[in-house]
Amino acid sequence: MASTIVEAHGVTKNFGSIQAVKGIDLSIAPGELFGLIGHNGAGKSTLFKMMLGLIPITSGQIHLDGEPISGPRFRETRRKIGYLPENVVLYDNLTGLETLHFFADLKAVARRECAGLLDKVGLTAAAGRRVREYSKGMRQRLGFAQALLGTPRLLFLDEPTTGLDPGAIRDFYRILRELKNDGVTMVLTSHILAEIQERVDRLAIMEDGRIRATGTVQALREAMNLPLTLEIAGGAGLGEQVARVLEGLAIEAIEESGSLLHIRLSRDAKMPALTRLATLGETLRDLHVREPSLEDVFFGYRA
Amino acid sequence: MLSIDFRQIGIIASKEFWDRIRNRWVLAVALVFTVFALVIAYFGSAQQGAIGFRSIDVTIASLVSLVIYLIPLIALILGFDAIVGERERGSLDLLLTLPITRRELILGKYAGLAGALGFSTIVGFGAVGVILSPSLTLNALFHYAGFMGSALLLGFAFLSLAVMLSVFASDRTRASGLAIGTWFFFVLVFDLLLLGALVITAGEYGGAIFPYLLLLNPADVFRVLNVFSLDEVRTLYGLATVFPEALSNPATLGGVMLAWIVAPLAVAIWRFER
Repeated sequence: MASTIVEAHGVTKNFGSIQAVKGIDLSIAPGELFGLIGHNGAGKSTLFKMMLGLIPITSGQIHLDGEPISGPRFRETRRKIGYLPENVVLYDNLTGLETLHFFADLKAVARRECAGLLDKVGLTAAAGRRVREYSKGMRQRLGFAQALLGTPRLLFLDEPTTGLDPGAIRDFYRILRELKNDGVTMVLTSHILAEIQERVDRLAIMEDGRIRATGTVQALREAMNLPLTLEIAGGAGLGEQVARVLEGLAIEAIEESGSLLHIRLSRDAKMPALTRLATLGETLRDLHVREPSLEDVFFGYRA
Repeated sequence: MLSIDFRQIGIIASKEFWDRIRNRWVLAVALVFTVFALVIAYFGSAQQGAIGFRSIDVTIASLVSLVIYLIPLIALILGFDAIVGERERGSLDLLLTLPITRRELILGKYAGLAGALGFSTIVGFGAVGVILSPSLTLNALFHYAGFMGSALLLGFAFLSLAVMLSVFASDRTRASGLAIGTWFFFVLVFDLLLLGALVITAGEYGGAIFPYLLLLNPADVFRVLNVFSLDEVRTLYGLATVFPEALSNPATLGGVMLAWIVAPLAVAIWRFER
């Protein structure tokens, strides 16, 4: 098995005089759940489209499972991939099952696979209804079922939870976990950073056509050296006592909200601070160490 | 060059065709053709005070005048959003991530739409042929079949133009504007331009090339194709004396019509693959 399933080298994309993607190198390993995040216009959609072979690359190379997406073996390569576009648009005049049959035919997948996929995304009861009668969430789920046709080795998911309700989002990520366990590689974009921060193995932050950082969420946090937050609950006068014991450490801020104390401190100060706080004994009722969120990391890289 | 998978073309074509069957497009167009053709066959001579079917030549001459307006319009309406519609809806990207080439997608779309248009034409005019058949000789039936065949070619040529426009247009609104403009140009303006040029020059300059210029318009090729296949109509139009013998051969004109089908489609594929 190849050590990478998605490989991009020096990829650029020009639209006239505008360079939308500026020399991107990227490797994604088989079985990884990889996130691609960035603000609107950062170039992630363009990169996504180049990876899928929807728009030509100006320079550089992209290989999926060792093959160029638009090369002579493109049919075999495309049979290995599934794609769920943002705001998936299917055919209103077809039923859910007919829609899957159509895509199954084009992918040379047996039609008998379709009923099982509709069941997987919770659309069995609506299989015979026309897509025009589907809600936005149901269309998204049908689009997801379409992406799963043919048991793809590589899934591209563009804002996949758009329009899904919380229950459907939970089900969606449950299916992603199952797929990951089966060794499927997934590349997803999302603007809902809180949703993906605990779910992706690695991610890339894009800005202005470049990848600013790649790694696990934790590695990016550490590389950014963003401050941590200690959340402490305790009795009366806690604020003064904490301020006293933490004196001399690199504390950025101490804020009180109700019975909780929020202490922002540098990563290096975490262990010394915990050691000193332990001296307060039963004055502390509870303590949580909160890592910076992916949103903090994202905005940290953009700053 | 990437190979062509005819199975993929068939899947797209089948979907396009059955979409038009389901939404009753085929039925509606076939009915329009049948009704118009029947009215023309039975009431076409009403101005001369005669009601009822007279001759196949006169009926075809009247049908040619109708079809020359109607079929290009129907074909352009049918095909103008073939590609741009998918692009605007957002389904084109999804299709193009599947194991299908852009060429197969266009050919599939064209084949499916041509199938729907062809089916409507054959059923619509064919029904009239069946109704009229007791009054027709074998030769007349042959002429009527020729008219239907040329109507099919006319529809396919304008459908090809429509698909080409749908590739070039950036959105459906522009595509519909281009389609209307194309219809206007080929069906209404083109002949007027030729006539105007002929009148202004008093036929002194380039008169000999005018018959050849008619080949630049598929609607005119259709007209000429039908005019030259019917003795009575040929006399009626008075074109036989001015039209070069070489161009009055139905096979030549059919070949020109085929070129009108292939060329826009080839341009569409070239543009879509860029």
